[in-house]
Amino acid sequence: MSTLTALARAEAVAAGRAQPIATVRHLHVHPDPLVLVPVVMAGEPNAPLAALAGRDRAAPRLLVVAQPRNRDLRFAFAAELAEIVVGYAESHIGPSEAVAVDRGRDVRHRYLDAPQVWVPNPGGVDFLRLFGRSTRFRRTDGDHPVPPAVPLLGRWLTFLATQAEVPGSALLVAATQALALHWATGQSSAEDAQLGALLGWIDPGPLTGPEAARRAEQLPPAGPATDPDFDNRVLAPLLSAGADPADALRDQLLPTWDLMWRAVDLLRALPPGARVAGRWDADRDAFSGYVAHLRDTGTPQPRRDSAVAAAARLHRLENVQARYAAQRAFDDPLVMAEHRLTGEAFEGVVTHAKADRVDDTGKRPVLRPRLIVRTAEPVRASAGTALTCPDRPSQKATVISVTPAGDETDVLLELSGGMGRKLVAEPGSVPAVGDTVLYTTLTEAYRPGGAFPEPDRTPWTHGGPPAPPAQPTPAEAAEEWA
Amino acid sequence: MTDAVLDRLRGPGPARRHNARTIAALTANPGCTRRAVLDAAGVDKQGLAERAGHPAPFGQSGFALSRGNAFEAQLKADSGRLLRELLAGALGHDVPESYADLGADDDATLTARHAATAELLTGAGAALVDHPLLSLDVAGRTVFLEPDLVAARVGGRFHVVEIKSFAIVDGQADSAKVSAAAVQAAVYVLALRRLLGDDLVSHDVVLVCPENFAFRPTAVVLDVRKQLGTLTRQLRRLAGVSALAADLPPGLSFDLALPGAELAAAVARLTARYAPECLSACELAYLCRHEATGTTAALGRPVREALGGVDTIGEVLELASGARAPGPGQEEAAALLRAAARLRAAAVGL
Ligand code: SF4
Repeated sequence: MSTLTALARAEAVAAGRAQPIATVRHLHVHPDPLVLVPVVMAGEPNAPLAALAGRDRAAPRLLVVAQPRNRDLRFAFAAELAEIVVGYAESHIGPSEAVAVDRGRDVRHRYLDAPQVWVPNPGGVDFLRLFGRSTRFRRTDGDHPVPPAVPLLGRWLTFLATQAEVPGSALLVAATQALALHWATGQSSAEDAQLGALLGWIDPGPLTGPEAARRAEQLPPAGPATDPDFDNRVLAPLLSAGADPADALRDQLLPTWDLMWRAVDLLRALPPGARVAGRWDADRDAFSGYVAHLRDTGTPQPRRDSAVAAAARLHRLENVQARYAAQRAFDDPLVMAEHRLTGEAFEGVVTHAKADRVDDTGKRPVLRPRLIVRTAEPVRASAGTALTCPDRPSQKATVISVTPAGDETDVLLELSGGMGRKLVAEPGSVPAVGDTVLYTTLTEAYRPGGAFPEPDRTPWTHGGPPAPPAQPTPAEAAEEWA
Repeated sequence: MTDAVLDRLRGPGPARRHNARTIAALTANPGCTRRAVLDAAGVDKQGLAERAGHPAPFGQSGFALSRGNAFEAQLKADSGRLLRELLAGALGHDVPESYADLGADDDATLTARHAATAELLTGAGAALVDHPLLSLDVAGRTVFLEPDLVAARVGGRFHVVEIKSFAIVDGQADSAKVSAAAVQAAVYVLALRRLLGDDLVSHDVVLVCPENFAFRPTAVVLDVRKQLGTLTRQLRRLAGVSALAADLPPGLSFDLALPGAELAAAVARLTARYAPECLSACELAYLCRHEATGTTAALGRPVREALGGVDTIGEVLELASGARAPGPGQEEAAALLRAAARLRAAAVGL
């Protein structure tokens, strides 16, 4: 936890309501999202009990497994959920745009829109991942046929849950995480994990934050686990009497349904950060790619990644994480402030500038302006460090020296790039004396990828080449589901 | 003498019994005197929290219980045939076909079952022992542990077997659940070692869970050395509790028949050390949380540390605004807080 966020929590305690830790919204909020509130049967590995789902806040659809141990009812639930989720995902297959790739040598197509599914919390994401795992290998033929929509649901849920691991992706959103990215409450993160208590602090209405949070703690939990007391006093008697639990379950889920839409509204009301649209473009790419895969072979995702695929994926995720952190800081002075506090960024005033400095020691003379920035903030950079100024992202600033100047610090920088093609800098492309500037070690640039062998060259120490993706085997398709 | 003090603290109600879960929870917050004393005295903390006006939800779903029981029954059926196969696979040793059930949970038979357990385990005995009764010193008191565990004697050593009903899917399980199971198994390893000596009891325990989405069991071996180290350390720390209890005012009582206000006042006499982890581990959590309002500890350790370890929110904000001069050793934290406050104000005020 950064000191800045911790201080915001302390301020929230004093103010009796949550405090902003972002000045802009850092995720895309879809104009027409699908909200999904699943609950599972206690003690059963991934047995769905019920879900509220839909795109219309006034008309949630309730799905119930009236006898959670009944296999047929469970697949019927999966088929119904498929109708909603797959139907929603496929409704975004529509007009597309051409995107140049490989320096314009090729184009690929990207749908103009993509789906966005909201669940209450990371537990909801886990539920979708497991439910995807338990349905994607099912087959529509053979000894244990299921409705055709079931394995397709499994593939889509797996795609969404996998995508949710990508930092900054907004195809599958956990409401508690999205909110906690923008507000600090006056309670612990353990309490923030409860959607109701978190929203109580952020949007307490006429109450104080702590009052609203305490009141929300009396609401049914946001799933996927049910309230044990509800299980014992309400659900168990209904189930053993063979009665329909639908009404009781609807009552349990509706409060969370309302909280979900409040979360969507609160986030939507924030102005989006400048780089949010770019990340949504990447989400649309991922969606378009998956649609293409389904139309091509449509093989289900493997149970586990091969060694090479897992290592490459991990490397990619780390890269995306670093880029996402940089983007949020570039978009949001409040996020950048965290980096200034730790010395990964500093703000200062330009005290000297030589905008027309040309370095002619090489083969060709090149434009290399130099600046001195005086700052009172901590500086973690040393000679040779490459810095970026968020206002001039395509310009690199290399630290030449860092010198103490009384209580302050003078940083001598040499600039390259982002100044036009001539030996004279374009007007405004080099900061002038007296300008307030900010430089940071954060960068949006992708770091070079690691060297991973091609999958078919996986060394035997890492399990050898993986089997090619395949349609599920009969054994996988018939996997027991008790 | 001490036991008498503890009994008096509890009042006439029956003492709550410990199990591996309560001991694991106890060691989750070893710095808390309140919990240590109340647990040592066997006070019904759930009842106490309710009477003192801060009931916390600590139920368990009957569905989970019955599922767990059915899973266990399946494993133990037919003299533990299925369990033996699994253990043989997991430990790489044949498990002899002998099975002893020491009988059901019953207060009246505690001593007899403990003796029978000792006899069975120290003698040539059975390979699988169901419902053994072990004992452990917790907070200066001997407590009986009633694992539904089966201690398997394989290759001359005993292995604790922990049966859980959460699933292992494609070789992976919920890590929080696995670590909770590991701590509980470690409690049994300690108790078993107390009876048989360290050498005879392995630090490798066997976790048996349903595999994937079926009801079919699978077994994995967990090394609980780390958990054993932590537990031993924390149990040692708790050992001084009886001395604490003896220092309490003579009239103090947690008899649940007392008026709620009086109980709340009695609880306040015991020093607590609330942390958000209490919310999932202790029945008094809501009460202690209420009491801890305004402390940085209530926000969790990472927040407290990021605030330089300063105790209260009030002090944090005063240091941050410069209204309070830093005390000795607080200079660095205060400087950081002032810088943070300045940056926050500038960015929010944009
Ligand atoms: S809730 Fe209170 S009594 Fe329980 S461990 Fe935490 S501080 Fe101690």
